[in-house]
Amino acid sequence: MIEVNRKGEVWVFAEQHNGRLEDTPLELMSKARRLADTLGVELAAAVLGDKVKGLAAKLIQHGADKVYLVEHPLLGHYQTNSYAKVMYDLIHKYEPQIVLYGATITGRDLAPRIASAAKAGLTADCTDLQIGDHTTVKDKKLHKNLLFQIRPAFGGNIVATIINLDRWPQMATVREGVMPMPEPDAARKGKVIEETVKLAKQDLPLQLLAEHKRAKKVDLKAARIIVAGGAGVGSKDNFRLIWDLANCLGGAPAATRAAVDLGFIDHDHQVGQTGTTVRPSLYIAVGISGAIQHQAGMSQSQKIVAVNNDPDAPIFQVAHYKILGDLNVVVPLMIKTIREKGL
Amino acid sequence: MGYKCIVLIKQVPDTKRITGDVMNDDGTVKRSALPAIFNPEDLNALETALEIKGQFRGRVTVLTMGLPGASAILRESLYRGADEAILITDPRCAASDTLATSYILSCAVKKLDYDIVLCGRQAIDGDTAQVGPQLAEKLAVTQITYVEELIELAGKTITAQRNIGNGSQQVKAKLPVLLTVVGDANEPRVAAARKMMKFKNARTPIEVEQEGKDENPDPNEADIKELAAHKCSKLEKRGLLIKQWDLDSVGADLNWCGAGGSPTKVHRIQSVVLAAKQSKDVEPSADGISDMIHELIEEKTIT
Ligand SMILES: Cc1cc2nc3c(=O)[nH]c(=O)nc-3n(C[C@H](O)[C@H](O)[C@H](O)COP(=O)(O)OP(=O)(O)OC[C@H]3O[C@@H](n4cnc5c(N)ncnc54)[C@H](O)[C@@H]3O)c2cc1C
Repeated sequence: MIEVNRKGEVWVFAEQHNGRLEDTPLELMSKARRLADTLGVELAAAVLGDKVKGLAAKLIQHGADKVYLVEHPLLGHYQTNSYAKVMYDLIHKYEPQIVLYGATITGRDLAPRIASAAKAGLTADCTDLQIGDHTTVKDKKLHKNLLFQIRPAFGGNIVATIINLDRWPQMATVREGVMPMPEPDAARKGKVIEETVKLAKQDLPLQLLAEHKRAKKVDLKAARIIVAGGAGVGSKDNFRLIWDLANCLGGAPAATRAAVDLGFIDHDHQVGQTGTTVRPSLYIAVGISGAIQHQAGMSQSQKIVAVNNDPDAPIFQVAHYKILGDLNVVVPLMIKTIREKGL
Repeated sequence: MGYKCIVLIKQVPDTKRITGDVMNDDGTVKRSALPAIFNPEDLNALETALEIKGQFRGRVTVLTMGLPGASAILRESLYRGADEAILITDPRCAASDTLATSYILSCAVKKLDYDIVLCGRQAIDGDTAQVGPQLAEKLAVTQITYVEELIELAGKTITAQRNIGNGSQQVKAKLPVLLTVVGDANEPRVAAARKMMKFKNARTPIEVEQEGKDENPDPNEADIKELAAHKCSKLEKRGLLIKQWDLDSVGADLNWCGAGGSPTKVHRIQSVVLAAKQSKDVEPSADGISDMIHELIEEKTIT
């Protein structure tokens, strides 16, 4: 068990595959930077792999003060046991007060294994992190500067703030895409601390036989404009309207889970709690009711336009432009107007 | 011969059915107002175990930690073909987080003999996906998460395909292993009528006792206990007694159980409030839409 260490650093597990950093740890850096500044401690990234020294500079540019670099031929491919062992040993050695992971497939495989070994708490799939105080009800004791781990629960119907009082490090996995990636600053300076580890064959119980990567059909996270269709669009044929509007705006087509389940479009296009989280400049929601699970993935968009024929549709509560009407009339009008403006 | 599988299952409130009626004013959820169901991906884990048994023989044990009412999903597992069912129920389990839960489950699993432990990827009430990996660590076995297909079982090795989000990965490991199974892995079978007839009367001791109390409104503790014991031994002879364990019988260290054994605490719960924003009504006409598009171009949202 690791004792409370108020001087401990804030850490981000810098997930990489084949020498390429994932987006989520980089997105995490901006929030982690703020947490570290509030606590007055350093922000460090831990990067594990084979020949990954080159990634340290990028992590520093994105806000790290320090990079713990662990290189070993047996760390070339991620696997649970070897990575958990190395991270656990690092955590024991340096006693960070906070350790954050992206809630990716890898992060969600790794973090609980480490938490179990360290007998530490872990909160899954956070959408926000803050520093705050907590008073225990029983003894009225004030615990200052804890990590508030904020996450949706119960299928997205409530938001819970979770804390760890006495058993540290405070650990959380953080949803992909919910935090904006910081702008890299090429002038930033930081330290690289090289750690040596001993690994043996028994630390790698898995044999990787094959891996098939499937390119995503669409990169919603990178889109400036998104046109999303819901069940209200009615059919796969009619979903053409969504593609056409997206095309003439230079945007990406997206959908609700209901539309994906109905076979209107591929799951890669799904926005929401079980899809992608997006924050485009413009989000046009067409025939979408605006369920909480859908909003979880798009409410941070800068401008939201909603087209719906039900005045009580919840999507109107988050929309900047509310168009109450039939999408089969409104969308063709929008396409026509945009084409006329010659955009 | 064959493989010994243990499937960990959970009874969960059906979070898909949440409406305003089941929310308390403070934003917490009235769990009791929601129907309790078999966690969907645990059914996929059970199906995988039953397929293994179908192909190689062996034995499928289902294990759950929960309130006495969780025996409902144990019976459902027996209807589908599980050989043995065990309920861990103890008031001292209350408020366990994933770490404490995985500890209690590990104590129970260690009492059993196994080649493969199976869990659903995650439970729909918490969506954490943490208990599987934490349990694997406590059992010191290899974990294979996000399993979408069992490729091969041969002697003491297993080959499985994982869904890694943007693709898939095939891995091979030596038994014993812990698998977490995703919803796409298979189509869980339905209950078999013959087994339903057989197991509909399967009970845990705590249910037998409760039924005794319900039938006999004038309770005499000693009598009820004796009657229950008698009924349990009759059920046991017919293979209908569901095993019931508490924290003492699994040999758990109470320091690691329940609220005290859980490092994570709830600071605050809020219901989701929809953000009210500055908004404009747009006429669904050529003019209305043209004005809006014009505004979006002016402010450089559309370029
Ligand atoms: C655990 C969990 C996770 C989930 N994850 C996601 C997720 O990631 N993403 C997601 O989107 N959903 C998710 N959902 C599902 C979500 O709860 C909703 O069911 C879904 O978002 C509804 O999609 P919809 O708005 O397309 O359909 P509906 O709710 O059926 O809405 C259709 C809308 O179209 C309007 N409409 C119909 N005809 C017209 C017309 N001619 N002109 C204009 N408007 C019209 C209707 O008024 C209605 O508002 C999740 C649910 C759960 C329980």
